[in-house]
Amino acid sequence: MPEGVAFVPFLVLAVAVVAGALMVVLSRNVVHAAFWLLEVMMAVAGLFMLLSAGFLALVQMMVYAGAVSVLVLFTVMLTLRRREDAERPLDLSWSAGLIALGILIALAAGIASFVAPQAVAPALTPGVAEFGRALFTQRALPFEIASVILLIALVGAVWWAGGEG
Amino acid sequence: MTVGPIAFMALAALLFCIGLFGALSKKSAVLVLMSLELMTNAVNLNLVAVSRFFTPVSMAGQFTAAFIIVIAAAEVGLGLALVLALYRIRRTVELDRIDRLRG
Repeated sequence: MPEGVAFVPFLVLAVAVVAGALMVVLSRNVVHAAFWLLEVMMAVAGLFMLLSAGFLALVQMMVYAGAVSVLVLFTVMLTLRRREDAERPLDLSWSAGLIALGILIALAAGIASFVAPQAVAPALTPGVAEFGRALFTQRALPFEIASVILLIALVGAVWWAGGEG
Repeated sequence: MTVGPIAFMALAALLFCIGLFGALSKKSAVLVLMSLELMTNAVNLNLVAVSRFFTPVSMAGQFTAAFIIVIAAAEVGLGLALVLALYRIRRTVELDRIDRLRG
């Protein structure tokens, strides 16, 4: 099996991810929650770097930290009439907590009983060049389908949000 | 000192469940979409970690994660457009008050 990743950076990023995610759910202010979401996404990009997935870390920064968080902030600001509307009741429900806790316990049981398959560590970790080559040769069809889906979603989003006319 | 795949899986499971808790309990449509993004990030993290430890040469999980990022970007774009369209008609993003399918 390939060797593990360094412990201290993992711990720092894991704490950043979990604390940020908790702040998204627990903060009363919608704008603050959006910024905590941005922090979570940047920490996940850091974890991708740790996992030697540099290209995905870049995509994560560009798509999530760049585009999605700006989109979320735009929607938050367009749907607030007054500044005070950003403050919301916490709306946490016991039943949702129970469902999430049950699924967490089931996932923990699955992880605890996980048996790692045999894997051989490669002599050289594949990098961005190998990723790009495989993306445009053996995975060219899903790539094209993804671009068409993105185009359709873009047109649909403009149509829905654009209003009458 | 190093950590293996189990630590990443546990972190991803925890992140997924925090996102699920938010998605189920929040009453603002924007916050529900943000919680969904947390869940997608957890799935991507799990895929990349498993790919790094068990299929490091073929990078299968990395490709899946890249396509999931594309689909999730499309999803959040459409979701926020729907929220904006609903807000224009109903002047609210509270899911409790959006309770009619028609008209």
